[in-house]
Amino acid sequence: MFKILDKRELAPKIYEMTVEAPRVAKSAQPGQFIIVRTDEEGERIPLTICDYDRERGTVTIVTQIVGISSNKICAMEPGDSFADFAGPLGRPSDLLDIPLEELKKKNILFVAGGVGTAPVYPQAKWLHEHGVRCDVIIGARNKDLFTYVDEMSRVADVHLCTDDGSTGFHGLVTALMDHLIENDGRRFDHCVIIGPMIMMKFAAMNTKKHGIPTMVSLNALMVDGTGMCGACRVSVGGKTLFTCVDGPEFDGHQVDFDEAMRRQNMYRGNKKTNPETHKCSCHGS
Amino acid sequence: MAVKIPRTPVREQDPQVRATNFEEVCYGYNAEEAALEASRCLNCPRPRCVQACPVGLNIPGFIKALHEGDTAGAAAIIAQDSSLPSVCGRVCPQESQCEGSCVLGIKSEPVAIGKLERYVGDWKIAHSAECADTLAPRNGHKVAVIGSGPSGLACASDLARLGYEVKIFEALHKVGGVLVYGIPEFRLPKEAIVAREVDNVRKLGVEIETDVVVGRTITIDQLMDDEGYEAVFIGSGAGLPRFMGIPGENLNGVFSANEYLTRANLMKAYDKDYDTPIYEGKRIVVVGGGNVAMDAVRTAKRMGAEAFIVYRRSEAELPARVEEVHHAKQEGIEFRMLTNPVAVLGDEQGKVTGIECVRMELGEPDESGRRRPVEIPDSKYTLECDTVIMALGTSPNPLIKHTTAGLDTNRKGCIVADEQGRTTRPGIFAGGDAVTGAATVILAMGAGRKAAAAIHEYISSK
Ligand SMILES: Cc1cc2nc3c(=O)[nH]c(=O)nc-3n(C[C@H](O)[C@H](O)[C@H](O)COP(=O)(O)OP(=O)(O)OC[C@H]3O[C@@H](n4cnc5c(N)ncnc54)[C@H](O)[C@@H]3O)c2cc1C
Ligand code: SF4
Ligand code: FES
Repeated sequence: MFKILDKRELAPKIYEMTVEAPRVAKSAQPGQFIIVRTDEEGERIPLTICDYDRERGTVTIVTQIVGISSNKICAMEPGDSFADFAGPLGRPSDLLDIPLEELKKKNILFVAGGVGTAPVYPQAKWLHEHGVRCDVIIGARNKDLFTYVDEMSRVADVHLCTDDGSTGFHGLVTALMDHLIENDGRRFDHCVIIGPMIMMKFAAMNTKKHGIPTMVSLNALMVDGTGMCGACRVSVGGKTLFTCVDGPEFDGHQVDFDEAMRRQNMYRGNKKTNPETHKCSCHGS
Repeated sequence: MAVKIPRTPVREQDPQVRATNFEEVCYGYNAEEAALEASRCLNCPRPRCVQACPVGLNIPGFIKALHEGDTAGAAAIIAQDSSLPSVCGRVCPQESQCEGSCVLGIKSEPVAIGKLERYVGDWKIAHSAECADTLAPRNGHKVAVIGSGPSGLACASDLARLGYEVKIFEALHKVGGVLVYGIPEFRLPKEAIVAREVDNVRKLGVEIETDVVVGRTITIDQLMDDEGYEAVFIGSGAGLPRFMGIPGENLNGVFSANEYLTRANLMKAYDKDYDTPIYEGKRIVVVGGGNVAMDAVRTAKRMGAEAFIVYRRSEAELPARVEEVHHAKQEGIEFRMLTNPVAVLGDEQGKVTGIECVRMELGEPDESGRRRPVEIPDSKYTLECDTVIMALGTSPNPLIKHTTAGLDTNRKGCIVADEQGRTTRPGIFAGGDAVTGAATVILAMGAGRKAAAAIHEYISSK
């Protein structure tokens, strides 16, 4: 059993929980995820790791309520325990493979949408701790839906945008990207995009236009998360890969997003449907 | 005289009824039936059944004890060679092992060795309190076992009996490996059988930690260096599903058998109280002819679908247990033999609408000795369906290899180990499907036990 130590509401229907999971905390790296199961009847739900504290033995996750399982997760309170909390799963971010000296010379841009912000945080924080500066664009529909802005501002240069202009730049993340590059003359040579699939698709098209190598973190439907079932398969550059073991981060210019979005909706209309069964709610918009 | 008694029939759930539920198909023998069947055995001086058993189980010995009314004695004899009789009695391919060689089978029908083994195993579970093992005193040495399938459970029990402090690390949330995520309830009851076998392993003092994915949560080197395990047994199975590589395989409605079965068995998707969904197909085509294919197609049938098997060879080559094929037919599964899929077809929404197949005929024997299926020209046709399940075999997951330096694997990704389970890294042992590729429960169990002996030898001689 994995005990919930803290819980806070970050925005309407978006909760952050800190969970006691010493083994996961010890091995977690930025970019990885965990699989959580609330109870005996629960699904195995993948959630990206948003932070970890090796000393305290805790891992932080952020969940947005979008269906039955995320609702069950968010209904849990400090003192309650998850039946299962397995991880860390997937490959760590590619940034960790780049030699530090080279990394320091790079201009790295993160693009976060919706609750995709929290999963960007461990990567930005890791870079910060290793003396690497980075920029983070955070997009939301309106000012009330932002999460992790304070945390992020402590470790990166943050640029906010909203669809309705209620805070920051008025427009989509793609427009803000163009603005930074074209108006402010910023140059980026590595981009990581995390957010809803549709946002990642268009943001990746945009970085392609600007010629910036780009990674996206896919929130595919999963069951085991260990490479055993193939539920999470995705086409990347014409090859079928498993998100849970080959990813979750892939070359954003090679991913077949239309197929990925279609596969996310595999169980729409199913008797047990809860719109998010197949979705890492951490990324939902 | 004894030969005159016909093989005792076994009672089964009615096919029409069972095709709509997940309860066990076969009821097994009761005491009288078991005694009667046991009386058929000739107690051969040079028993052919024993030679044909992968673990050399003393078959006439246990049957004789049973015949004499000493079920506990029978259980003790089996325990010398097998730690999972209730499971093996249900899932071993007896027709190509013990029963296939039984001398009675030459003129009449072989002794129902599997059903008798199951009877004894189930009796032992029901009387587990009386059959409690005597434990050896703890010897202070620690061994880690990776994976809780038959190989891991068998290895752990033997080591615990020798006094080792054993801990099993399992990636999933449930213990049992393929026995809980792959083989369905209607063939192998999870609570009544698998969970009880696991309880018995725990009673020996074996600790089991779930949710530990070795290679991610912790590496083998960390287990040995940081947590003080002197030896490690890898029984991680062969869980990686294969796909055909034909067009349309990523359409909505195409699944690996592993996914379909995991949703049904491990996640209990067929039960409305569980949250995990399962694809609600009306016409389901399963590609393949092994036990996995039979389990998937019969699960599909029980989910209310019209269900088909598509297999590229002929019925004689079906690798599944004969009993499963027989049961599948009784349940109304349609078999399309000598048929090979070439593409999965879909609509504009990306949902499966059918599977395009070609007809095959058998040509010259291939390297496996079976006649090679060759395509009949211009025989393409479409089988309409909304779901396709690929049951084409599996291979070992590369995670442990990738995270353990010096651990060799072969071309197929199987861990290289000798007969005793010794890998290319001292102190690291392996067995079961992780070494052989997808095989059988009995072989995995046997490999786990051999490795336990080798680990004992390794640690004792350090
Ligand atoms: C659907 C199906 C039907 C079958 N039917 C039959 C049958 O009728 N008769 C028969 O004899 N055989 C049958 N088999 C084959 C048989 O089940 C296997 O040969 C046997 O279970 C192999 O045992 P094992 O211990 O090697 O591995 P498994 O049973 O595969 O167990 C491996 C365990 O290791 C765990 N694991 C894997 N990687 C890690 C890791 N990195 N860290 C921690 N844990 C890990 C897995 O989660 C799993 O629980 C069937 C298989 C399937 C899939
Ligand atoms: S071969 Fe048949 S008759 Fe002979 S000992 Fe084995 S089970 Fe009995
Ligand atoms: S979730 Fe099963 S293989 Fe990725």
